[in-house]
Amino acid sequence: MYTQGLLDAKDGPDRRQPEPEAQLQRFHERVDAEEKVEPNDWMPEAYRRTLIRQISQHAHSEIVGMLPEGNWITRAPSLRRKAALLAKVQDEGGHGLYLYAAAETLGIAREEMVEQLLAGKAKYSSIFNYPTLSWADIGAIGWLVDGAAIMNQIPLCRCSYGPYARAMIRICKEESFHQRQGYEIMLTLCAGTPAQKAMAQDALDRWWWPSLMMFGPSDKESQHSDTSIRWKIKRFSNDELRQKFVDATVPQGHHLGLAFPDPALRFEGASGHWRFGAIDWNEFRNVVAGNGPCNRQRLAQRRAAQANGAWVREAAIAYGEKRAARGQ
Amino acid sequence: MMAEQNMPLWEVFIRARNGLAHKHVGSLHAVDAAMALGAARDVYTRRGEGLSIWVVPSRAITASDPADKEMLFEPTASKIYRHPTFYKVPDDVGNM
Repeated sequence: MYTQGLLDAKDGPDRRQPEPEAQLQRFHERVDAEEKVEPNDWMPEAYRRTLIRQISQHAHSEIVGMLPEGNWITRAPSLRRKAALLAKVQDEGGHGLYLYAAAETLGIAREEMVEQLLAGKAKYSSIFNYPTLSWADIGAIGWLVDGAAIMNQIPLCRCSYGPYARAMIRICKEESFHQRQGYEIMLTLCAGTPAQKAMAQDALDRWWWPSLMMFGPSDKESQHSDTSIRWKIKRFSNDELRQKFVDATVPQGHHLGLAFPDPALRFEGASGHWRFGAIDWNEFRNVVAGNGPCNRQRLAQRRAAQANGAWVREAAIAYGEKRAARGQ
Repeated sequence: MMAEQNMPLWEVFIRARNGLAHKHVGSLHAVDAAMALGAARDVYTRRGEGLSIWVVPSRAITASDPADKEMLFEPTASKIYRHPTFYKVPDDVGNM
């Protein structure tokens, strides 16, 4: 069943055994034939570890991603915007839960993943370490950050690991609303007063480059790409997805009447692509290493949320035990 | 935090529309069935996905072993006489 990976983790087969060549070959044949791998199927240990790392990072990104936007819920400019933002942040909490559940099928407990996040051992998307300084940032996040996330996530709906692919199908359906509500905020600001339009421009200026960094290091540098593509966890390389995102997004920005903060950005007629300037990978590495503008604040907020919610979990468990003891 | 590990796992099944079967949609942690139902409603039905929810303790489910797949399911592949197309009916008899 869906979660037996977790339930059987303790008494399952010894995973340190050498992996039999025949099973490995059979596994690759199945993946090549686009068959889905399910929780109880045999899989190479490295495949399992790669998926646990990727799915848990993805789940952490959803949970930490609630923070920059949650920052603006009480200050949304209208009830309509507030209801939409609240629903979006709630979706992100839900996405985190679908993903933790998918990772648990690989034999890791959610508590362990949360501990890794709070201890600073697990990564989450670098983008959430940037601050949301104005209301326009909520528009820019929906449009750019969710837009980039969708670009990454749509191919994951065809990922070889069944529970991850199924979680991604749900998530992608819901993300589309996130991107459209963000773009609508940008449209409204750009059709507003000069000060409102300037606010939208400022948000684009600050979020554009970090959004491009969301696709990860360039293909020449990426550590995990080749095997992930062979295992059909990934379908496109980081640079391919980044280019797709730029091609889709630049015309949307021009429609808003905004300028991209990249003097090298130009349309290349021969290839039909928008070519962009060099990404500041030092900034990316610095943020990933924990030194972005908000890394410490984000982790402190997650730790506080965990500590402040402890009594709720304890009360729920005490209640469950009491009812069980009474035979209810 | 370790206490949370006592929270059992539940499998969630949702009936999308009247007349359809409940379908597995995912899992969650909760201490009892009532809380599992409440959490399933919040996590899995934010957009009118269902008319009915089942939550089942994951421990209560017995699943077939993938290693037995061939033994269990392959024998049916050769029993093509179980399908209607195995039987010839003349065209002029019409649909049957």
